[in-house]
Order: sequence, then C-alpha cells, then structure tokens
Amino acid sequence: MLRLLSFVVFLATWWIASLLAGGAKLPAPPVVLAAAMTEARSGALFLNLGATLARVALAFTLAMTLGSAIGYLMGRVRLANRLGDPWLILLLNLPALVVIVLAYIWAGLTEVAAIAAIAINKLPTAVVTLREGTRALDAALDEMATVFAIPRWRAFRHVILPQLAPYIAAAARSGLSLVWKIVLVAELLGRPNGVGFEIGVAFQLFDIPLLLAYSLSFAAVVLIIEAALVQPFEARLSRWRPRAA
Amino acid sequence: MQLEVDIESKAFENAAGERQDVLAGINFTLSAGEIGVLVGPSGCGKSTVLRILAGLDRDYQGHVAQPAGARIGMVFQEPRLLPWRSVEENVRLAAPQADDAKLAALFTILELNAHRSHFPGELSLGLARRVALARAFAVEPDFLILDEPLASLDEALAARLREQIAILVASRSVMTLLVTHNLDDAVRLGDRLFFLSARPAKILHVETIDAPRAARREADVNEIKAAISRLDLANM
Repeated sequence: MLRLLSFVVFLATWWIASLLAGGAKLPAPPVVLAAAMTEARSGALFLNLGATLARVALAFTLAMTLGSAIGYLMGRVRLANRLGDPWLILLLNLPALVVIVLAYIWAGLTEVAAIAAIAINKLPTAVVTLREGTRALDAALDEMATVFAIPRWRAFRHVILPQLAPYIAAAARSGLSLVWKIVLVAELLGRPNGVGFEIGVAFQLFDIPLLLAYSLSFAAVVLIIEAALVQPFEARLSRWRPRAA
Repeated sequence: MQLEVDIESKAFENAAGERQDVLAGINFTLSAGEIGVLVGPSGCGKSTVLRILAGLDRDYQGHVAQPAGARIGMVFQEPRLLPWRSVEENVRLAAPQADDAKLAALFTILELNAHRSHFPGELSLGLARRVALARAFAVEPDFLILDEPLASLDEALAARLREQIAILVASRSVMTLLVTHNLDDAVRLGDRLFFLSARPAKILHVETIDAPRAARREADVNEIKAAISRLDLANM
C-alpha cells in the first residue's frame, strides 16, 4: 500500500515537472508510455532488455563465483593475501571506463570482452567483502568441527558457509547495483543491442521519450528482480536470527 | 583401550613476545570406563591439557598415546553450537551415523525433546549445555572430554545434569576426562582426581576413589572432600 503511494507520488512529481519544464525536455508519462508500447509491440524492447539481462546474469555470476573464491582464499591464507592485495587495490580504483575501453581494444568489440569487462569491475568488491567475512569466521566453531571430525565439505557447508552468507548477500547486493550501472556503459561503447545501446541511439537522435522508455523499463526490471529474488534470498538466509526491526 | 598422557611442557608466546610456561609435567593414564577429573585453580592450564588431548594443539613437548581411530566427543566450556542449525541438526551434523531410536533416548535423558526444532539462540545456557552434551554423546565416543560442563549453572540444575552425565557414562564403556574447579562435582563424578598446581601446571596429587559412583553416599562424599582439603593442596 505504502509502495503504491510512493509510486503515485513519483508519477505526480514527474507529470508536474514535465508541465513546468515543457514536453520537449521532459515528456509527460503518457508520451513515454506510448514510446514504450511502440518498442514493446515491435519486440525491440524485450530483445534489448533480454540482451542486457543475459549480460548482467553472466557477468554477475562470473564475478561472484570468482570473487568469493579469491576472497575466501585471501582471508584464509596469509601468502595469498600478500600476493593479491596490490592487484586488489589496483582493480578497486581502476575506473570502469578504462577497463571497458581496454577490454574492447584487446579482445575486440565482442560479447566476451563486454562480459569480462563488467565482471572485472565487480570482482574486487566481492573479493574485499568475502575476505572480511572469512577473517571474521569463528575459530571456536572450526575447532568444534575438527574435534568431531566433521568431513571437510560438510564442515564448509554447515559451519563456514552460513557464517559467510551475510557477506555473500552484501557482496551480491552491492555487486548487482554496480553491474546494473556498468552494463549500460559497456553496451553504449561496443555492443549492437541492449538497453545501453538503445539509450545511446536515443541520445544521438535526441529522442527523449525513447530514452526514458528504456531507462524506466530497465529500472522496473531491476526493481522486480530485487523484490522477487534478492530480498527473499536474504530473508531465507537470516531466518535463524531472532527477529530484528 | 587406554589413554596415555605424558606432557613434559607447554609454553605460549604472549602478545608481547614473552615465553610463558603453562604446563610443566602432566602424566597419567586413563582406561575405558573410567572418569578422570582434572581439578585446579582457574587459569592453571586445565583447558590447555584438554586442547592437546583433543588434537587441537600439537605444539608441546611430550607424548600422548590415544587408541588409533578413537572417536572423540567433546563439550567445550561454551556450548559452541551452530546458531543457524536447529538443536537436532546440530547433533546430527556431528553424529551422522546416529539412528533415530538412539537419538530419541538421548534427548529423553537430557530432557531435550521439546526443543529439537529450536535454534540455539532460543535456548537458555543450561539448555544449550545439554545440547552440547547430547552432541558429544551422540557420536558414541571412545573418549569423552568435558570442559567445565556444569560451570555457571544453578545448583539444582547442575545436580540434575551431573546425574545425567553419570547415567550416560555408565551406559557405555568410555574414557572420560572432566575438567572442573568444583570439588563437589569432582568427587561425585570422578574415579580418579588429578589435582593440578597453579601455572605452570603439574600434577600435585592423585586421589583414587574406589567406591562405585552410584554407591557414594552424601557422607562418603563429604569424607573424601574433607580428606582432600586436609592435604592443603593450595599451599604445596
């Protein structure tokens, strides 16, 4: 109910702002909706959203898996941390644009280059978060698992992984928002489809209804994924905790 | 089946880099069916002995011989349960081979039946201690290690739990090592009492109690305690 209200407030603000600014700069909601319907009817909207989503899914999975593994290793093994730390700092501070441009130059304007560039941008934050999580592991529970001779894999699953879960969730949450932002830049610079590409086209043609139609459809998809996947996942992970506010 | 312990010395390096001797000579043997009790002032290194015997600390001078493949069940000073697993899952994780009937019997003795599906965060300390005991017994250990399992419980509950431990130990032939600073617990549960000195700890005195646990009357317990206090171990 409250969410609906805040959506209505958003629409009203938009409409009033468009009346004040003029339809050329900020088209009113029905104009944008019409543009979105046209794109939807031709199928282009879903094709482009689908292409972007596929890139997000691949890059996100790649970065999370690799980043978690590296972060765990760096948290557990001092040598790995020493070796990896300078790379980590470099990657953390490297602007996304540099990675994307270099990836396109070295690997060509290919799908692999785009996905790799997005994954590399997200990777270091996942590593840092998981490294912190691994350092915070409870040694007392490790000892318990050792004394009771719980096999390595079972111990990892039941003792280690639940302790890392909040860190994995945090890395996923912040990583997903990062990927949403970067994927459009990567598409704008070197892909022939996707939301980022369409926004680039709309920008060049100064087609503001089209630009907003794609931006808002994209935002809607992000919200749906957040509500349908990320939040239930987080709720499931923390079900053993006494209820917080 | 027998446990042979001969720890010559054990030292820690503290944060300032200074060497601190913790153990200076702990040797005893323990047979199956026997309860050995380590009694000593707090901070004297009792838990360090247990950590060495549990295989958690290998950095010491000396020798510990355990029967090959002996299964260890341990109750730590804090319960060390997994907060994200239910009581039953906690026990089953340590003891995947335990069958339902045995677990049910164990939960009944420890009065945990009502709490099987609770999470550890929902339990009182006394209950969590009992779950830790259930976990240690569920693995059907050859070697049972109990580190102050009754500390900070009220007297009535400690007495009940002490009885439950006695029942469980009697039900199977197991070497048991109990650490406590409570002489009453030691005399009621132990077959042999090893009195440790302050740091660096060595064994000052071994008290053997011949009367079987079940046959020890209140008067016997008091008599043994009086005899021990006459030894004036604190000033040795």
